Amino acid sequence: MSNWPTLESKGFSSKIPKGSVENKWLGYKEDLKLVNPNNKRKFKVLVVGTGLAGASAAATLAELGYEVEAFTFHDSPRRAHSIAAQGGINAAKNYQGDGDSVHRLFYDTVKGGDFRARESNVHRLAEVSVNIIDQMVAQGVPFAREYGGLLDNRSFGGAQVSRTFYARGQTGQQLLLGAYQQLARQIGLGGVKLWTKVEMVDVVTVDDRAAGIVTRDLLTGEIRSHSGHAVLLCTGGYGNVFYLSTNAMNSNVTAAWRAHRRGAHFANPCFTQIHPTCIPQSDETQSKLTLMSESLRNDGRVWVPKDRDEKRPADQIPEEERDYILERLYPSYGNLAPRDISSRAAKRSVDSGLGVGPLKNGVYLDFSAAINRLGEPVVEERYGNLFEMYERISGENPYKTPMRIYPAVHYTMGGLWVDYELMTTIPGVYALGEANFSDHGANRLGASALMQGLADGYFVIPYTLGNYLAPMLNKPTPGVDHPAFKEAEQAASARYTGYLNIKGTRSPDYFHRQLGKIMWDFCGMERTTETLEKALGEIPALYEEFQKDLRITGGDGLNMMLERAGRVDDFFQLGMLTCRDALERQESCGGHFRAEYQYEDGEAMRDDENFAHAAAWEWTGDPMQSIRNIEPLEFEAIHLAVRSYK
Amino acid sequence: MSLIRNITLKIWRQDGPAAQGRFETYKVDSVTDEASFLELLDVVNENLITEGKEPITFDSDCREGICGTCGLMINGQSHGPEKSTATCQLHMRKFTSGDVITVEPFRASAFPILKDLMVDRSAFDRIIESGGFITSPTGGAPDANLIPIPKPVADAAMDSAACIGCGACVAACPNGAAHLFTSAKISHLNLLPQGQAERYKRTEAMVETMNEYFGSCTNHGECEAACPKAISIDVIAIMHKDYRKSKLKNRKELARNK
Repeated sequence: MSNWPTLESKGFSSKIPKGSVENKWLGYKEDLKLVNPNNKRKFKVLVVGTGLAGASAAATLAELGYEVEAFTFHDSPRRAHSIAAQGGINAAKNYQGDGDSVHRLFYDTVKGGDFRARESNVHRLAEVSVNIIDQMVAQGVPFAREYGGLLDNRSFGGAQVSRTFYARGQTGQQLLLGAYQQLARQIGLGGVKLWTKVEMVDVVTVDDRAAGIVTRDLLTGEIRSHSGHAVLLCTGGYGNVFYLSTNAMNSNVTAAWRAHRRGAHFANPCFTQIHPTCIPQSDETQSKLTLMSESLRNDGRVWVPKDRDEKRPADQIPEEERDYILERLYPSYGNLAPRDISSRAAKRSVDSGLGVGPLKNGVYLDFSAAINRLGEPVVEERYGNLFEMYERISGENPYKTPMRIYPAVHYTMGGLWVDYELMTTIPGVYALGEANFSDHGANRLGASALMQGLADGYFVIPYTLGNYLAPMLNKPTPGVDHPAFKEAEQAASARYTGYLNIKGTRSPDYFHRQLGKIMWDFCGMERTTETLEKALGEIPALYEEFQKDLRITGGDGLNMMLERAGRVDDFFQLGMLTCRDALERQESCGGHFRAEYQYEDGEAMRDDENFAHAAAWEWTGDPMQSIRNIEPLEFEAIHLAVRSYK
Repeated sequence: MSLIRNITLKIWRQDGPAAQGRFETYKVDSVTDEASFLELLDVVNENLITEGKEPITFDSDCREGICGTCGLMINGQSHGPEKSTATCQLHMRKFTSGDVITVEPFRASAFPILKDLMVDRSAFDRIIESGGFITSPTGGAPDANLIPIPKPVADAAMDSAACIGCGACVAACPNGAAHLFTSAKISHLNLLPQGQAERYKRTEAMVETMNEYFGSCTNHGECEAACPKAISIDVIAIMHKDYRKSKLKNRKELARNK
């Protein structure tokens, strides 16, 4: 089974520094090449995406003196989807004195990721986590406080300490606004040139290294080239390949995918996270799913009735006729078991006919015990805005009746393969935040996405980028008149005119919905050889139909359906690769659950002998023919163990 | 789940910033009461594509009421009839069968219409760029717990910081003023100890940038009623107070620098 070529054999190094895991980042910083402050302005950096990773990177690089151009498809950087994160951000501050440390956060994250992340990157993440909190507080992020004025913490899944900092149920919003404001300052000062309502449609390479990007202006349709010394892709995850997910409507894989098509390997696409606490789907017209923060599991108890034919309302079902599934299955972590594990427990209950609600497609998340213990005002203080949000969407009052929740696609651990410096397999093209694959392995712990986005943007890329740029000082770089840019511009124009000229009968949303259904049914929470092979038969057939029967009305200026066509096209190709990745990974780990590989009690069965590696897929022109390369993962500081939360 | 039937939508269509706009009427036979208002528009658009017509352009992204991308005037109200609710969180259960619903873009001279229901709100970004931040370059921050912030202060700052920048306040204001938006950011930062160093410089710069684009405040209070985050107009008083002071303080500082 282990006949996959290693990345090393193809000439790509993960560049993990030598030394013990505690000293790698320190040692790296001591040895890295620097760019003199006066020379920084000679380098232009293109930052694509302005969420937490992009905004923090663009602002910091501009502060250092680099010439920065930032690109967003939104009308303002403040709208990036980082804003929707609710619960919090982890940091190994140990302010609660409950035994937290950098090592413990590192260990929890590697274990939470089911031992499929790169140790060195995760340790660095845990180290800089403490700086993030300092930085964000200095910027005025109004984190929750104790009465004495010190910072408050809450607990999150997969940890036995309280290390999560939060700003009500709007932590992502407040952090993004902090980073956005810092970026806005640089825009005002002229340090960053911001392009809004433009979408990156291609990466341009000259002599096998980054030369720039091509964008499409969403208001006018104009295709335009931008040259730069380095390109930072901070463009988020690809959860919308499932159509229904908690991602925003416009979240897409396009920038990452187009970079993949130009030579950036795509790693572990099958590592997709299903979040356990979302509001169940209610009807056919539904356009997206809404997350209810994991923080609710601090005080909410997950249960289903023991009787399949239970008809009584929740509050009339006596205690002894309820099954508190997580507390029963995982007594030491209880309702705070990690996301993948909690999701599967809910799915099993619903699949066995114990689901609740009109469509019997959810489980209860019950706050009555917390309300009795703490009183309604305390519960309101902690979760008030989440309860209101739930009521607005479902029409039910969670103070009176338990919430109904069900897992939904939320986050993608896979993404562009990057080395220790966050560089993809295209020299000069970097991937930050959710867009890369590096830190969360096969499953991400709650409150760690915000941490990683900001770590990459604030405290990693400002160091590692100099190492690449320093040797390029005063060397000529290709401008936008280089034939490679012209070729990419023409290809981009041809792509969008192509969509307009199909003149078929179905909208891009129609195809997206169909693709999403295949992905969810056959490559969702549980996968088997059979379902994946089925998906790999159906997706190419549907893709062919898309290419023949797509209908875009309107012109090539401002046309939201035309934008979507390009994104759905990329989702098709990514969908195929995801299913292939899931099929090849013949083990269960984290969010990737293959029904064939499980213990008798239903827990995931990893295969460390054959699969303790990251799969980095190489583009060949057809996603069904992509080449699977591997990066073996070496665990020096942590012993591989069966991941138990019992 | 039940069905809402026979809905008539009168929707503003405008081909471009300079084009003449008009209302067009669309009928929807039925939609479930669980659907959101934007999902109703999705259905209309799907039908338009099937008929070979151009779909209605409207902005939306997170559909969770937090990104501030969406925003429609529904029956003359910013974000529609439900209090403290963004358009994307408005559900069809708030409507009844046979309703006639008028849908327009957020109208203000500072928000030019780009197409149909989509407007350009970038003037908000100009206000933030002029001073809506705390200068704190990456790397030099002291330990987060060095500055204790009393809980009521942190909570009040958070109340203001909840603004999603949607522009409902401007659209609701008869003067097209952006006082609620601007003062929410000013009070968020001016209330916090970290924001004190630039307090008056920030206030002066932001208020004056705001005045370049937006109208004046005449205390109608429509902004507070329209705000999806229920931000109180009290913050406008904080802004006025600090702006008045800034005119003295900043002048003194300028004199000292000479």
